[in-house]
Amino acid sequence: MADFYYDTAHLLGALVLLTSFGLLYQRRLFALLNVFATQAFVLAAAAAWQAFIHGEPHLYITALLALSLKAIVIPVALHRIILRLEIPRAVDSALGVGMTMVIGVSLVTLSILLVMGVTSGAAALTREDLASALSVVLLGLLMMITRRNAVSQVIGFMSLENGLILAAIGVEGMPLVVEMSVAFAVMVAFIVFGIFFFHIRERFDTLDLQNLETFRGEREERPWS
Amino acid sequence: MITLIDTLYQIIQMALLVALAPLLTGVVRLAKARLTARRGASVFQPYRDLLRLARKEAVVANNASWLFRVTPYMVFTAIWLAAGLVPTFTSALALAPTADLIALVALLGTARFFTALAAMDIGTGFGGLGASREMTIATLAEPAMLMVIFTIAILVHTTSLPQIVDFILVGGVGLRISLAMALVALSMVAIAETGRIPIDNPATHLELTMVHEAMVLEYSGRHLALIEAAGMVRLLLFVSLILCIFIPWGIASPGSGVSLVVLGLVSYPVKLVFSGLLLGAFETSIAKMRVFRYGEFLGGALLLALLAAIFLFVSTGR
Repeated sequence: MADFYYDTAHLLGALVLLTSFGLLYQRRLFALLNVFATQAFVLAAAAAWQAFIHGEPHLYITALLALSLKAIVIPVALHRIILRLEIPRAVDSALGVGMTMVIGVSLVTLSILLVMGVTSGAAALTREDLASALSVVLLGLLMMITRRNAVSQVIGFMSLENGLILAAIGVEGMPLVVEMSVAFAVMVAFIVFGIFFFHIRERFDTLDLQNLETFRGEREERPWS
Repeated sequence: MITLIDTLYQIIQMALLVALAPLLTGVVRLAKARLTARRGASVFQPYRDLLRLARKEAVVANNASWLFRVTPYMVFTAIWLAAGLVPTFTSALALAPTADLIALVALLGTARFFTALAAMDIGTGFGGLGASREMTIATLAEPAMLMVIFTIAILVHTTSLPQIVDFILVGGVGLRISLAMALVALSMVAIAETGRIPIDNPATHLELTMVHEAMVLEYSGRHLALIEAAGMVRLLLFVSLILCIFIPWGIASPGSGVSLVVLGLVSYPVKLVFSGLLLGAFETSIAKMRVFRYGEFLGGALLLALLAAIFLFVSTGR
């Protein structure tokens, strides 16, 4: 029976990682949101499962937070933002999907090599969860780097943060305070990004961040020059 | 050692495959029809179609060589033989010691090779187009399939399908990340190899995006019946392959009694119907992909299989 507990926890961690790859693969914003909601849902399941097998009730709260905020509130809100701002629904990426996936697999290999080297003495479950969690964090970073659209960058940031929670629930004895603060950090980031969206859009009439790179401050209108 | 009873089971298996393959196709078609609010034909319609085609006269182009006539028989035999290697209701099969998963991939490759040759034999544009696309898909799908096989081989220490089934049945593996990833990768490969949506639309005729249909456009009569039957058996093969590796419960082990074999014979069609409904639902919920995105889809399958192999090394050493 212990084997079954162990295997299921292991599997849920891997599913979170798989959805991270799903995020890298998607090309439409709404599909991206759906995959992100799925990831949050799986994360909530993983947290609830860890709470169950370790008998740590506070992890149920983490699971509930992940489920309510990340799987429902944030995707719905982003959905509405996309509709209201009339953002183009296609994801504009700086690298091809194939190349991104290759880099993603290399990152996973890297994090496995790293975690295996560092935690040779730790319990197998902790070790594997850490490997998955570090991979999810790195894939989130990769997504923020390779996407030009601000909405997909926000999703990359939140999936990175999902990786942090995955690491936190895998380690025994992590106090609830940490998770609460992490959850609030996401909320704050979400609000900040929301305001940020509006500002970018007001100024440049697009959410494509490439326009920021060529921007060199306000310029006076000089039609004759 | 091949016993008499193994040979008997093998014969039953071969007959069962041909008998059930059109049924599976019928179930998928019916599921798709119902999900798109049509009534749909009966699940036995594919049997009638095959019978109708088999009775018709085979028309062959003037410039067709012997290759064109031989191909339907070659393709059907190769795929039928390959399907015979996959344990469906019992893992005690006479052919099992002679061929493993890699031989199965080779048999499928042979069938594809002959289909592509025959497609170019007549010299029509559609045939060449279909052959070129089919080969593109094959070069992408086969590495992914072999990678899945290697992952399973590392995990189970064999590439022989009946031994894999027995090993998983006795609980030697348990839930593994690698198995979950291999399942997703193998399903993606199976979709590509059997020409289902989103890679190819099995219901099209005369469309610019068709792949498999473009290759067999020149066939008619009993040749077409054989080609269609081969396609149905190929779908059954991949479904059975996924079922026997990932959901082997119900398959009788070697040396088990008659009652367990009967249980296998009953549970196998139930599993098939369930998978057919699932495939129908999946195909309805997704749109066909652009030809240029095949690389991403199958490259994704390859990378998933690679990840599965990588994760094997994390989970070793409890």
